[in-house]
Formats: sequence, structure tokens, C-alpha cells
Amino acid sequence: MVERRPLLTLLSHLVLVLGILIVAFPIYLAFVASTHTRDEIVQVPMPITPGSHMVENYTAALTGTGSTQGSAAPVGRMMWVSLVTALVISLGKIAISLLSAFAIVYFRFPFKKLVFWMIFITLMLPVEVRILPTYKVLSDLNMLNTYAGLTVPLIASATATFLFRQFFLTVPDELVEAARIDGAGPMRFFKDVLVPLSQTSIAALFVIQFIYGWNQYLWPLLATTTEDMYPIVIGIKRMIASGDAATDWNIIMATAILAMLPPALVVVLMQKWFVKGLVDTEK
Amino acid sequence: MEKRVLFRSAWLPWLLVAPQMVVVLVFFFWPASQAIVQSLQSEDAFGTSTTWVGLDNFVALFEDEAYLQSFKVTALFSVLVAGLGIAVSLVLAVFADRILRGALVYKTFLIIPYAVAPAVAGVLWVFMFSPSIGIVAYGLRGLGYDWNHLLNSGHALTLIVVAAVWKQISYNFLFFLAGLQSIPKALIEAAAIDGAGPVRRFLSIQLPLLSPTTFFLLVINVVYAFFDTFAIVHATTEGGPGRDTSILVYKVWHDGFKALDLGGSAAQSVVLMAIVVVLTVIQFRYVEKKVNY
Amino acid sequence: MASISIRKLIKRYGHGAKALQVIHGVDAEIKDGEFVVIVGPSGCGKSTLLRMVAGLEEVSEGEIAIGPRVVNDVEPAERDIAMVFQNYALYPHMTNFENMAYGLKIAKVPKEEIRQRVDKAAKILELTHLLDRKPRQLSGGQRQRVAMGRAIVRQPQVFLFDEPLSNLDAKLRAQTRLEIQKLHNELGITSLFVTHDQVEAMTLAQRMMVMNAGRMEQFGTPEEVYHRPATTFVASFIGSPPMNLIEGRAEGTRFVVGEQRLALPLAAPRDGTLVLGLRPEHAELRADGAWQLVVEAVEMLGAERLVYGRVGQSLFTVRQDAMLEAPRIGDTVAIGVPAAQLHWFDAETRQRL
Repeated sequence: MVERRPLLTLLSHLVLVLGILIVAFPIYLAFVASTHTRDEIVQVPMPITPGSHMVENYTAALTGTGSTQGSAAPVGRMMWVSLVTALVISLGKIAISLLSAFAIVYFRFPFKKLVFWMIFITLMLPVEVRILPTYKVLSDLNMLNTYAGLTVPLIASATATFLFRQFFLTVPDELVEAARIDGAGPMRFFKDVLVPLSQTSIAALFVIQFIYGWNQYLWPLLATTTEDMYPIVIGIKRMIASGDAATDWNIIMATAILAMLPPALVVVLMQKWFVKGLVDTEK
Repeated sequence: MEKRVLFRSAWLPWLLVAPQMVVVLVFFFWPASQAIVQSLQSEDAFGTSTTWVGLDNFVALFEDEAYLQSFKVTALFSVLVAGLGIAVSLVLAVFADRILRGALVYKTFLIIPYAVAPAVAGVLWVFMFSPSIGIVAYGLRGLGYDWNHLLNSGHALTLIVVAAVWKQISYNFLFFLAGLQSIPKALIEAAAIDGAGPVRRFLSIQLPLLSPTTFFLLVINVVYAFFDTFAIVHATTEGGPGRDTSILVYKVWHDGFKALDLGGSAAQSVVLMAIVVVLTVIQFRYVEKKVNY
Repeated sequence: MASISIRKLIKRYGHGAKALQVIHGVDAEIKDGEFVVIVGPSGCGKSTLLRMVAGLEEVSEGEIAIGPRVVNDVEPAERDIAMVFQNYALYPHMTNFENMAYGLKIAKVPKEEIRQRVDKAAKILELTHLLDRKPRQLSGGQRQRVAMGRAIVRQPQVFLFDEPLSNLDAKLRAQTRLEIQKLHNELGITSLFVTHDQVEAMTLAQRMMVMNAGRMEQFGTPEEVYHRPATTFVASFIGSPPMNLIEGRAEGTRFVVGEQRLALPLAAPRDGTLVLGLRPEHAELRADGAWQLVVEAVEMLGAERLVYGRVGQSLFTVRQDAMLEAPRIGDTVAIGVPAAQLHWFDAETRQRL
């Protein structure tokens, strides 16, 4: 801040508060809706203060006993599927990318350039451009409706590998030489020195990939057909039946709040690493 | 590109890259090549016969009104999402950069949409804009707007744009804030001494110095609008009314899985692939050359 | 402890026609327990030579033996060596204790013994109170000591030092130099020490290897290198300020430089185009002497004075005790040229005659 301009500061706070209101409003509304009965919400305008049916609604959502015509899948089960998917994708991606980046930076082997470019090209092949054939591969391998089918196709990404590669390139050469003289072989060095030094990158990547895994929509849509394997983001959409009156909006909103909780928790708790990692990754 | 090579092993590096390469080959390259092959074929819905038709699928595609319409919608959609998303986030970031107190609180709140799944965001906004029970729809009717995104294409487009922008605010905001904070304070102070007021300083110093960030976010937002918004469309308008919000990535799914037009869908996939390639090349060539590899 | 043999060592980068040869055949025998310094200007190949002994660079031609064993194809970890790096190379996420213990841990030395060895080394280097901290909490000098501690605990046959003092400030450098000397007196392990600083070389070396552009120009004790430099390069590199070198034609007891004829106290070893050398500290300003010096600048250093000028057309420096009277700029003074301190080099080969 260069000069003291109290008016401008006031304006800044106002704008930011307004921004937060816009950002938070849908979520607040969802929360309010999740605490009323269906009939209370369906009449316009719906109340904008919380009601008294919170426990009832959330229980119904988690156990799948709502009377909606859309879908009555238990949210608890779907949250579990989402959690497993997100964890497998984030941890798996980190592990695989660490190994690949290590090989690319610290070894020389034939066709290395080819391997590098192959990984790079996957940046240009998001799942959206290969949906039909990838579905077919999954189906041929009998991986539909399995956790493997939900996670493995998404577990190899170039961004994580490049992030680690970039970081490894900044580790001083002498550290490796000292380790070599100390008698450490490559995997020893990887485990004792490289991975501990990469902690910040790993943390940041975990946040980003957990959210990525949790929010996956198109892929699970293709890869699962049975209700008990739906992640929650798909389940929630299916709850919306075609007629507004028939839909249990209050249960749906409860589900929405539940669906938002784990990623929000991860982001808020790991905010420091996440912000640093996000900006550092892309820049 | 690499360090002074420091480890020697004939087999270890292969073992290390194997997991990634296996997944990449099985789930990226093989399907992608299949998509290209399928786009050059025509198969009937029962899968009993396939014939080579060369580029016929592509020709048919670009003569198809519906496809061209989808292209236009997608283009309009991405312009709106990128433009609005960048503008709103920039404003928020500029003001957030100015204040000292409460910065962490504001930042924490503004990051939360990043954690919300696009699908969930879609559900939230469709709830608020529902013509029959939505509170915002109600408010709009009170102002004289008869809101109905189920019938009105413009309303439908507005809905998905709003949902998409809402979700992207966090991401753009974080990058703008980081960009602003990396501008050396000395420059701003020098300008202030030269007599420039806050608005002037913003226009002549901060904005130009932010241009790499802005360009970067432009590319990212366009990619986002093209590819990451499937869930929003699927959860809100389902491409409707009719086909009016059927953006490219939605159409390719719909044609492949609902309409079972395999050749056409494959051709659309290939077109999307080409678009990604162009965008990625732009991103790496012009934006990331600042990164030291 | 072991001797080191370097035989006809050649290092090349690249292959075939585009290969760049950076070390051109070095031969040296280093005795068991000796402290040898490899000294030379930047880019002369001294670090490359050291790294080949360490096993961090491959040998293109020739042999390196540690003790009786030829180690060309032996991994660094198996050569029984320890190395101290210019940038310390300490593992930032480990404590100083863990840094020093790492090599022993890998060698599966029992924990008790590790503790003993690290404590002993820490005591010698006065690091005991710093063992539980991390490297980033230490000063540069302390970090270098931790690095040395890491080398000591391995009880290797050979110590290798790669410009370990270059990152320290002047005062710390002098202090650490003494510590290294003390260490060698106590442990007596064969050591190879690389530096570009000739003062470090002169003070630490039992013998020193002077290198220039990939060639070893001289390998001898500091006295030999100072009093009987083998080439003009060695002559000008060792000693500060550098030796005065004048090229001219020797004719009996006359030395012709351009249009000037300088009188020589003794005839040159042979006639012809030669390079004459005389150290600034051996030239005396006198009331009358063999040569005339036109004074161009005078520098006061405290205990002594440097007088810069020209003998004829050639630049010449004289070092003088500060107690004596200083000449003035523009004066012409006489210089005495003691016969015993004159050096002669062949103008073509630059070798000592």
C-alpha cells in the first residue's frame, strides 16, 4: 500500500465482501435448503434461514431412504467410492510420477527422448478426446464397474511428472555425488534424499490431484453403470428427476453439501502448500 | 534437459518408467489411435460391418448444421467464460492485493469454489435458477424477467456461463494475486512519487506487467471452457433446450453414447484432438518459455 | 592409507573428430600419507583430474591406481575414498549427525560404532554441540567442518578435497586451512587437494602439482616449485607478485631486449632467444646497479612496498622493505641483479634451462 487512502481501502473491503457473498451464496443456500422439508423449499420463495430438519435430511441422504423418484442410492456408499477413487488417483499418480521423473532426470537410457515425448503428448489427450475407444478398452479388459476402472486410466499424467522433473533439476549435483561416494545406490538416494526433499511438491500435488479425482465426472459416467459404483458427483445429478415437484431438493442439497466437504477440507487445511504448489507448477 | 548423468544401470530406468508407460500405452495411445481409425470408418449400430470411408465422416461433420451450431455455441461459450472469469477475478485480485487486514480470510473463502466439483456447481446453480422453485428465478421474475432456461436458449447459455465462471474464479484469482504480488514494490512506489494515482498506476504499470499472467489464464480458461465443462452442461441443461447448449465436448459424448453414431463421434473426437494440440502448442510455446527447464 | 598412481591419464569429451581432449597425459606417483595439492587457473583440468580419481568422471585413456589396485572401473563407493566438496554437499533435510553417519549407515556399520566414530570426529572438529542441528542453521565454516567430519568417519584410504575453501571468506579460509593441516598431521591420510589459490597450495602442500591447460607442468615440493620453476607458467603462477619475465636475445654476458642491452652478472646457459626471470623480491634497489628502472607507480602494502616501472621497454616489479626510502614516480633508479636468483627459460618451449 503506497498512500493512505481510507476511502479506497473501504471500497476494497466492500468489493471483496461482495465477491465473497457471490461466491458463498450458492453454498449457503444449499445449506439452508438441506435443513428444510421438501415442501418448504418447493414453494417460492424458499426460506433463506436454516430450518430444523438437518439431522433428518442428512441421515436420509446418507442411507438412501429419501423418497425421490430420481435416485435413492445411499450417499454414504457414494462418498466412499469417491473417497477411494480420489485417494487412489492422487497417491497413485504421485508415486508413478516420482518414479518416472527420477528415471528421466537421473539416468541415461536408449529411447529416453521417445519416452519423454510420449509422456508429453498425453497432455494433449484428455479423456474427452478419446471417450469411446477408452471405454471399449475398459470394457474389453473387464474393468467396468470396478475401482480399477475408475482410477487406472487417470493415474498417469504428464503434469505431475513434469512438476517433479522440474524440481529434481534444481537439486544440486553435488548431493548425488556425495551420496554416491557415501555408497548409496540410485534407489537408496531416491528414498533417503530425493523424496524427503520433494515434500512440498508432493503436498501441493496431493491437494490438486485429490480434488481432480474427487470431481471426476465424464470418466465415471462411462466407466460405471451400477449404482453402487457411482461416485457422489454422478449420484447427485441422477437424483434430479424430470419434474421439480417430484424431486427431493432438500435431500439433494444435503448431498451437495456432503459432496463438497472432503475437498473443501483438504483445500482449507493444506491451503499453504496448495497455493504455493499451484502457482509454482504452472509458472 | 538432464543433469550430468549420474547413475548407471541398464534395467532400472526401464522399471521406473514402466508403470507410467503401461498406462499411457493402454489407455492413451491405443484408444487415441483407435479414435483416429474409427473416424475414417463407418460402422452400423450393430457392429456387424465396417467400411472405410476416408474423410467422409469429417466432410459430413462440417456440413452438418448441428455440428457447426455446436462449434458456434462452444466458441461463444468459451469467449464468455474466459472473458468474464478473467475480468471478475482480476477485480477481486486487485482489491485483495491492496488490503492488509483480513487477507487470509478473503483468500480462504475465495478458494473454496476450486474444491467444488463442476457437477455439484451445476446442481447448485440449476437449483437457484429453476424456473419453478429457484430463488434467483423468482427474484428475476420480480424484476420483470420471465426466466426459463428450459425453453429459452439464451437463458440456458447464461446459466452454464454463470456456473462455469463461478467455478473458475478461485483459480484465476490465485494466479492474478500471485502475479500482482510479484511486481516489485519499488516500481509502484516510483510511480506514486511521479504523481500517478491508484487508477493510473493500475492501468500503466500493474496491468501491463500482468500480461504474461493474463495471457496464460486466457489459454487455461479456454481449455477449461472447451474440455472441463462437460459436467456442468450435463448436470444443468443436458445440452438443451433442444441442442442449443450442446457444446462440442457434450456433443461428442451424446453422439457416441446416446445416438450411437460411432463414426461421427470418432470424427468429432479427432477434431477435438486437433484443437487441444493447437492450444497446448500455444501454451508451451508462448507462455511457458519463461520456465527454465 | 594408500598411495595413488596416475599413469598417462587422458580425458576426452565426445567421440571421433569432434572430441575435445582436456587432460593430455598426466603421470604422477603420490606416496602413502602424502598431502598433495593440485593447483592451477580455472579450466586447467584440476577438478576433472580429481573427479577421475574419485570415480565421478570416466577415464578416457590411462590408469588410476589406489594402492596396488587399478580402479578405473571401480564405483566411487568401492574405492574407499571420501570427498569434501566446494559447496559442502550436505543433505539439507538430515541433521549434522545423520549427515556424517549416512555413509556408515549404508555400509551397515553397527549403531554403536557409528555413534563412536561420529562423536570422535565431532570432537576433533569441535562440532559436538552442533550435531543435532540441520545444515541450514550453521555458518559456512561450520558446514565445511561437517563435510570434513563426514569424510573422516569413513576412515578412508584417500581424502579428496575439491576447492573446499573457495566459498569461505578470507579470515575463515585462513582458519580452516590451519584446521586441515592439523587434521592431516593427526590422521596422516593420503590427501589430494584441489585449489586455484597458490597461497593455499604453498602453505598446505607437501608436494604440489601445477597444472595448466590440461598438462601437469611441474610436480614438486613448494621449495622446488618456488626456487626452480620448471616452466615460465609455473614461474609466473607461483609467487606473488609474479616473477618478472623478460624475453630477449642472450649474447654472452649481454641480454638484448629491443634496443636495450642489459648487462648480466653471469653468462646465460646458452645464447639465443631466451626468457629471463627474476622475482620482485630478489631485485634490489641500489644506488648503482646493473639495470636502470624508470618508476611508474608505487604501492604501499604495510611491511613492504611494491615499485612498478620499466626496464627499457619491459614492465618490471621490485619488492622493497618499507623501512627503506621510497623512490618517486618518474625517478630512474638502479637495480641490483643477483646471479644466483636469475632463471632462464627457452623462449619456444618455455622450459627451464
